[in-house]
Amino acid sequence: MTRVTVYRVLVIAAAVLLLEGLCLAGIIDRLTMPPPHRILRDLAVILASGSQNAAIVKTLTNASIALALALVAGITSAVVLHGYRPVRETLEPLFATYYAVPIFAFYPLLIVIMGLGDAPQIAIGFMLGVVAVIVNTLNGLDRVPRVLRKSARIGRLNAIETALIVTLPHAAPYVLTGAKLAVAYSFIGVIGAEFIMSRGGMGYEISFAYTNFDNATMYPLILLILLVSIALNAALSRWEKALLKRRGQ
Amino acid sequence: MTGEKWRPARNAAVLIAALLLFWQLLYAFAGEAAIKPPLATFRYTATLITTDAFWVHLSESMRAFAAALAIAVAAGLTIGFWLGFHKLSGEVCEPMLVALYSIPKITLYPILLLAFGLGMPAKIAFGAIHGIIPVALFTINAVRNVRPILIKTGRVHGLGATEMARIILFPAALPEIFTGLRVGFSLTLIGTLLGEMFAAQRGLGYLLMTAIGLHNVDLIMAVTLLLFVFAAAASGTLLAVDRRLHART
Repeated sequence: MTRVTVYRVLVIAAAVLLLEGLCLAGIIDRLTMPPPHRILRDLAVILASGSQNAAIVKTLTNASIALALALVAGITSAVVLHGYRPVRETLEPLFATYYAVPIFAFYPLLIVIMGLGDAPQIAIGFMLGVVAVIVNTLNGLDRVPRVLRKSARIGRLNAIETALIVTLPHAAPYVLTGAKLAVAYSFIGVIGAEFIMSRGGMGYEISFAYTNFDNATMYPLILLILLVSIALNAALSRWEKALLKRRGQ
Repeated sequence: MTGEKWRPARNAAVLIAALLLFWQLLYAFAGEAAIKPPLATFRYTATLITTDAFWVHLSESMRAFAAALAIAVAAGLTIGFWLGFHKLSGEVCEPMLVALYSIPKITLYPILLLAFGLGMPAKIAFGAIHGIIPVALFTINAVRNVRPILIKTGRVHGLGATEMARIILFPAALPEIFTGLRVGFSLTLIGTLLGEMFAAQRGLGYLLMTAIGLHNVDLIMAVTLLLFVFAAAASGTLLAVDRRLHART
């Protein structure tokens, strides 16, 4: 372990201990937040009893579907857009302002159109993620050297083969940056949508537990979501770094 | 080069026309019960903004947003300058900030509600936690990329920490910091509105939630439209300033 890692662990440990101390001393009262060791124990109980498994599976499935759709649609549209400059230039201002618009404001519309099933939640996760994938893939495709495109033409590859064999693999690190964002966004979208209005899922369970002052369910679920998203993000960052390193960057 | 000069305006016009067309087609597809056509929405919005009740909600939202933004910018800049300037703290804390950036902050909302109670402070806190981290992350990078000679010059003149930040680091890092402020602006707005959607008695987010509850499609469409236009206009303006700042250096 390097010195920086040691410090990092120490900072996190200090923060948790501080929280623990504040909770035990009663400065943060029990109704507001149980001490961290209780949260961990409650999480173990919930996972062992399986009482929240349905909600966890539902949220993870929906987020995965949203992510898969965002990746497929995002990469495909980026490849197509890269070939049509005028269309791309027209859409560019939309991409630039897209994340400034509260996408959740469209959730009610989606519910009205798609009904209160899983579809509107997946749609929100998809809508949040897809533009990040498009923008980053376009960014990667812009950096493909001309010589590679020329070789593809010499090899008489058609447009689809060129994308699959030549340009997309070269753009892979950038696509991965987009994918990393899409993971976070699909999670945020699905859980947020469940939170606002839905009939199940982790976001729903958290807001249900909140309205019932059920801290023994609420805090462990929040912790679980935080752990999952941080772990996913760390794994993808590591992969991204490895890809970039292989290229000597 | 008048053709070049007008290209952004032309692109924006084409984009707006395309979005309106998409909206109209969606209406034809989804029907009267789900959404309203553009013209009817504009008409309803025009009458909505003349009512007193609307201005009460709007001013409440704007006050919460302004406070959240002020906190996000002040805290974000402080953290950013500190971590950017102090190398060890930066290395220890930056990955943690990145991890925090990727978590679905919506899940933290019940905790904020328990800590702050229902109402203005919780909304402000929710907006602020969305904005602080991007402002801090951009500022860290901006400060790190300041040319070392400028910092050495400051040292030679015996500047203290605040003077160093004010006279040397801030002006040199301004373009990049502004990008962070732009992103922070959007995210704080989204955070504040989300906060209003979950738990508030006033504000545009609350108005949207009541509209969903009453299935008042006119109101849903009008509020969504207003939020969209405001966010797009604000972020478009900030983007233009951002590009100008970056072009200057």
